[in-house]
Amino acid sequence: MTQLKDLTLKVWRQSGADNPGYFETHKVETVSDEASFLEMLDQLNERLIGEGKEAIVFDHDCREGICGTCSLMINGRAHGPQRATTTCQLHMRTFNSGDEIVIEPWRAAAFPIIKDLMVDRSSFDRIVEAGGFITAPTGGAPDANLILVPKPVADAAMDSAACIGCGACVAACPNGAANLFTGAKIAHLNVLPQGQSERYKRAEAMVMAMDDQFGSCTNHGECSAACPKEISLDVIATMNSDFRKSKSKNRKALSRS
Amino acid sequence: MSATLISKVPAGALPDKWDNYKADARLVNPNNKRKFKIIVVGTGLAGASAAATLAELGYQVDAFTFHDSPRRAHSIAAQGGINAAKNYRGDGDSINRLFIDTIKGGDFRSRESNVHRLAQVSVDIIDQMVAQGVPFAREYGGMLENRSFGGAQVSRTFYARGQTGQQLLLGAYQQLSRQIGLGGVRLFNRTELVDVVVIDGRCSGIVVRDLLTGEITSHAAHAVVIATGGYGNVYFLSTNAMNCNVTAAWRAHRRGAMFANPCFTQIHPTCIPQSDESQSKLTLMSESLRNDGRIWVPKNPDDSRPAEQIPENERDYYLERLYPSYGNLAPRDISSRAAKRLVDKGHGVGPLKNGVNLDFSAAIARLGRRTVEERYGNLFQMYERIAGEDPYSTPMRIYPATHYTMGGLWVDYELGTTVPGLYAAGEANFSDHGANRLGASALMQGLADGYFVLPYTISNYLAPLLNKPVPSTDHPAFAQVETEARQRFKSYLGVQGTRSPDWFHRQLGKIIWDYCGMERTQQGLEKALAELPALYGEFKKDLRVTGTGESVNQTLEKAGRVDDFFQLGMLMCRDALDRQESCGAHFRSEYQTEDGEAMRDDQNFCHVSAYNWTGDPMAAELNKEPLVYETAHLASRSYK
Amino acid sequence: MSVVWGLTTSVGLADMAQVITKSNRSRGPVTGTALASREKRPFLIDLYSTAVGKKFAMAISGIALMGFVLFHMIGNLKMYLGAAELNNYAEFLKRLLYPLAPKGAVLWVFRGGLLAMLALHLHAAWSLTVLNRRARPVRYQSPRDYEVANFASRTMRYSGLIVLAFLAWHLLDLTFGVVNTVGADGTFVRSEVYANVVRSLGRWPVALFYVLANLLLGIHLRHGAWSIFQSLGWNNPRFNSWRGAFATAFAAIVVVGNISFPLAVLAGIVS
Repeated sequence: MTQLKDLTLKVWRQSGADNPGYFETHKVETVSDEASFLEMLDQLNERLIGEGKEAIVFDHDCREGICGTCSLMINGRAHGPQRATTTCQLHMRTFNSGDEIVIEPWRAAAFPIIKDLMVDRSSFDRIVEAGGFITAPTGGAPDANLILVPKPVADAAMDSAACIGCGACVAACPNGAANLFTGAKIAHLNVLPQGQSERYKRAEAMVMAMDDQFGSCTNHGECSAACPKEISLDVIATMNSDFRKSKSKNRKALSRS
Repeated sequence: MSATLISKVPAGALPDKWDNYKADARLVNPNNKRKFKIIVVGTGLAGASAAATLAELGYQVDAFTFHDSPRRAHSIAAQGGINAAKNYRGDGDSINRLFIDTIKGGDFRSRESNVHRLAQVSVDIIDQMVAQGVPFAREYGGMLENRSFGGAQVSRTFYARGQTGQQLLLGAYQQLSRQIGLGGVRLFNRTELVDVVVIDGRCSGIVVRDLLTGEITSHAAHAVVIATGGYGNVYFLSTNAMNCNVTAAWRAHRRGAMFANPCFTQIHPTCIPQSDESQSKLTLMSESLRNDGRIWVPKNPDDSRPAEQIPENERDYYLERLYPSYGNLAPRDISSRAAKRLVDKGHGVGPLKNGVNLDFSAAIARLGRRTVEERYGNLFQMYERIAGEDPYSTPMRIYPATHYTMGGLWVDYELGTTVPGLYAAGEANFSDHGANRLGASALMQGLADGYFVLPYTISNYLAPLLNKPVPSTDHPAFAQVETEARQRFKSYLGVQGTRSPDWFHRQLGKIIWDYCGMERTQQGLEKALAELPALYGEFKKDLRVTGTGESVNQTLEKAGRVDDFFQLGMLMCRDALDRQESCGAHFRSEYQTEDGEAMRDDQNFCHVSAYNWTGDPMAAELNKEPLVYETAHLASRSYK
Repeated sequence: MSVVWGLTTSVGLADMAQVITKSNRSRGPVTGTALASREKRPFLIDLYSTAVGKKFAMAISGIALMGFVLFHMIGNLKMYLGAAELNNYAEFLKRLLYPLAPKGAVLWVFRGGLLAMLALHLHAAWSLTVLNRRARPVRYQSPRDYEVANFASRTMRYSGLIVLAFLAWHLLDLTFGVVNTVGADGTFVRSEVYANVVRSLGRWPVALFYVLANLLLGIHLRHGAWSIFQSLGWNNPRFNSWRGAFATAFAAIVVVGNISFPLAVLAGIVS
């Protein structure tokens, strides 16, 4: 365990959605390299409270990289410099003494800033509400082994289902598009046998809900690079293809395809 | 008021009880269901599944979460799997076997009827979740894959890589989202319960605080479900998420719901050891790792060689040595205590000598790196991120940490608390795990409660209330509770002392961990009970909350939660002191066998301790629900 | 909220705003978000009304334009076979399907198709740009550190516009002859393709512009050709790894072919 010294933090402060924001500079004299990035912010907040100032507001919860609550644009990258890592899993050992670290909230029209570094990501929930599910009311399910799912299919579904809904894809996308998020859910449910009945309805409804709120994909690949779960760009292609078919397929003949 | 605890266990032989209950329960006609309003607080596995199912049935449901989205609930962090008595392996599993394993795992401190029902519905859960598209691991033939877990000799655990909790929660979340989209559920996000309202002896609603505006409002309903998880964060350092708290359950307790077995807190054996003082939480490494990992410490406490250079004969595979039949898969409480003893004796590994090795070299040699990667890849990656070491080449270092709380709101067979109309589901209740929970059973219980129990039991409560309108929030009781809540949050802001809520939380956690953690003694608990009120007094006098109560203020939120943790902490220590036996996770040093195993006292303590709020947690009134074992035989637990 | 909800809903989504702003003083619960009904429209219009549909249109029109630049380049290689071959090729294009169709008719059908595709490409690009700007009204206030977005992907709009400008100039130069008046006799004869080319590209600023524009075209093609697969959802593990190579190869072939012309003229190989 060693100590990092003399970090300069430039943290975005903003008191409300409509209020102008600004960067506030804080010096961090020393912090353990074993500390996580958010623990470093915890320590800064402790100091701010000690000085009678308001603590920096940021979203966080599980701190083990699975709940998707944490966010932050760190030095121009969603979730900071380490690949496949959420901000809460990012450790200070990734930085060096004397570094300047700029922290900004995620910016997108669909992610309005609530306060400081906290944004509202409920636009993602709207997409799931539109169709990101399999209609299976409680009680009527057949025995689990009646639905055979080949292992490669289950694995592919799991790869897409690993999405934690953190919004890094939107934050990183130069266009503020949510195609990776939406594509991941579509690719998860649309490859499974259980998901076939609603396959095209789902793709259509989810893409339309996405379309109402987000920008469009121009195939940069930033989303996938920023994704802490390394979801592949392929899910976007799957979504595009299923969406196109949703518009062209005769759904009364679905059982024949 | 001294209440008798009526557990409402239905008549009949154990395997028939649930069927008998369902046959006799009162029903609400489909057209009448929409006349009833139900509030569900918490949107984890239990809350989301309950809210979705109740809305599907036609009830008006209001769901509350303090998160930005229901998908963030901490159920998401469960890794290893979910148990179900499917017997897909043909290895001798059955509902009865799961029931017995769970009772025995809980060290005979849980209610037989509830546990048996849990084992029964476990089968339906897997069906339901598969139908919803949860990508469980599969065999090449397309059938479901299983792994085995601690405390069981069969493979009955279903899993989705190391992210089973995530996938199950997303399944329940998606089902809830569907209902939100269809208008069956109204979702209040970033809204925290701050109190419960009881009118004429019935739970009539809740008072909540909007975390974005600080506004305090009332919501009335015919019934309220609390599904807000456990209180492990009372220890400050735990594997719980940062925002997990006891507030909802505790506020319900203060309004008349009894709190049961608060001292039953589980310490999970496989977590990443603390690395420094500033650490904010501990991270769990799934118990499933113990399927293929071997746990050992160097025989020589002063061995400073890197793990891979220590020869086989100088390693102590202590679980395999002490518990040959279960080996590395001994139950959590037993594995945890064994680790603690060896670390206390100086055999610990790592820079702070605060962990034991979990070694995969044998598994990698046997199965190949690829298979190990497929089974545990994301866990290994997580470990690498946090510890900065590569577990493929050097053993993981692990140490026990607080993980789950078996205690919680006392509930009867119907999951109703002692306040009529107030239900508790999932980890928030005390019901199914006794003194120790087996791995992969938390997901099972949360989903069982939400999907397959509450929808039946709530209708039984609601049916006689037909055509009674939702209580009005204009009732003076709501105004009264709202005023109290406003006062409370104002008072936190008003103290203007010098210490942050986190500072107090850390101190509180240290006391609880030291005296009410893995090993408890009378002396220690008495010390804790002396220190806690003093620290609590200081909290009231020296707390500092900056900012205001009118916009997002996480410091203020934390202050409210720490306040409740203090009161709970006192009750925990009292309960631990009162329970003069060792059982499951509750280990009193005074009560152990010669070889250091827990010594139960079935004569005097074969009961649930349920506490009534009296205004002072130190003077809570103890009620006992005797536990009767008709099917399982009280036996001392042996995993040797 | 600045989010544009382009649909008529039975439930007021504004009432369910999650963030307090000047226009939203209160927060309501979220419910009934999927009950909105959309008006029915013909399927192509419906498809094109979405961003994914517009990307689809960009991909289809992109394929048409790619076909054009490829065959345009191949046709122009006739230049190396001499004036007669090139002029003959130009004449061939006019005589496509002649005498079944009148002279030049098929060529005009092609031209019309290409113009339509170009218009579609431009309209889709323009409206997506507007959408994307609106999706992030407040930009990041600190510099971004892009991980994989490259020069090509981030400059599509600009490379496209410059190529468009070049196209206009190129048509004025060699098709309409408006800016190609430097001949010995000071006149432009449309059928003397070879002479026109040599005369135009013999001017070094023109040759330079030609080279630069084609380099940008190559960059545009590289990202565009790769994107087609994504936008159309042509996604298969069997060929996914070849998509990038295909795009690079296609762009390189077109660019190398096209750039060789001014260089050959300047070097005197073609004169």
